[in-house]
Amino acid sequence: MNVLEMIEKEQMRGDIPAFKSGDTVKVYVRITEGQKQRIQAFEGVVIRKRRGNSRANFTVRKVSYGIGVERTFPIHSPVIDRIEVVSRGLVRRSRLYYLRSLRGKKARIKEDTGH
Amino acid sequence: MNKGILGKKLGMTQVFAEDGAAIGVTAIEVEPSVVVQVKTMEKDGYEAVQIGYGRMKQKNVTKPLQGHLNKAGKGFFRVLREIPAAAGDYEVGQEISADIFQAGGFVDVVGTSKGKGFQGVMKRHGFGGGRATHGSMFHRAPGSIGASADPSRVFKGTKMGGHMGDVRKTVQNLQIWQIRSDRNLLLLKGSVPGGKNGYVFIRQARKKSA
Repeated sequence: MNVLEMIEKEQMRGDIPAFKSGDTVKVYVRITEGQKQRIQAFEGVVIRKRRGNSRANFTVRKVSYGIGVERTFPIHSPVIDRIEVVSRGLVRRSRLYYLRSLRGKKARIKEDTGH
Repeated sequence: MNKGILGKKLGMTQVFAEDGAAIGVTAIEVEPSVVVQVKTMEKDGYEAVQIGYGRMKQKNVTKPLQGHLNKAGKGFFRVLREIPAAAGDYEVGQEISADIFQAGGFVDVVGTSKGKGFQGVMKRHGFGGGRATHGSMFHRAPGSIGASADPSRVFKGTKMGGHMGDVRKTVQNLQIWQIRSDRNLLLLKGSVPGGKNGYVFIRQARKKSA
């Protein structure tokens, strides 16, 4: 195996659940404040996933008090405590940038029930 | 004692620090460098050792070089480099591995930067250039280089367009992220001159210690 690939594979975590664009996820992030550490959850829709072994990342979008907030996390970052998949979404593209210009009812995503 | 080895740049990737920070690292292949020749005060007028790196097949090495490398008897090398060393520090045929460094320590890396070809002054020397729009007829040109009456010539060393890159470059004080002796790998924080598969010289940092 390629050496760079080997280094990257070592960095990857095995405990991340499978999720796709359109899914609603809850990301538990470790936050260090001075000496103390606590865990904060960030829940929203995955609007993109970028691949690349340990360098992979994903962006979660939520609307907080009427303002759209997006956060990008490296999937394999040690800062992420765990990721929970809240619901599966049924979407027709992999990058959901169109959600940025939609609000309210139009910004909903159909749930993928598996049928 | 001056410590140094040769290596081959494999490329860059990213690792996570404990606090979650993503750190860009350069992977360098560091098979043991072999001492090919020891230069002595009596024979050569100065003291140094010549080390070799990068295995070659015998058939690809010229006969005179074969004779030179056969004295060490450790195979044939693509790159030879001299490092200053006091007499008795090394002997011919000795292998120098990356273990001379310590993880967390600092090194300087010498390599040949990527060639950029013929470049203008904006890229080569960071000139500001002119306005792009609004009737500007001065975009990427260097401007005046010598005036007409005084000095009426171009000073030596004036920054102009020309060949850029493909020169020897040293990057100082790179921290060693990890040394993997089992795979002959060295991971350095930050970037290193040159492209992939380029040969580099790694030495103990001159201006910083761990």
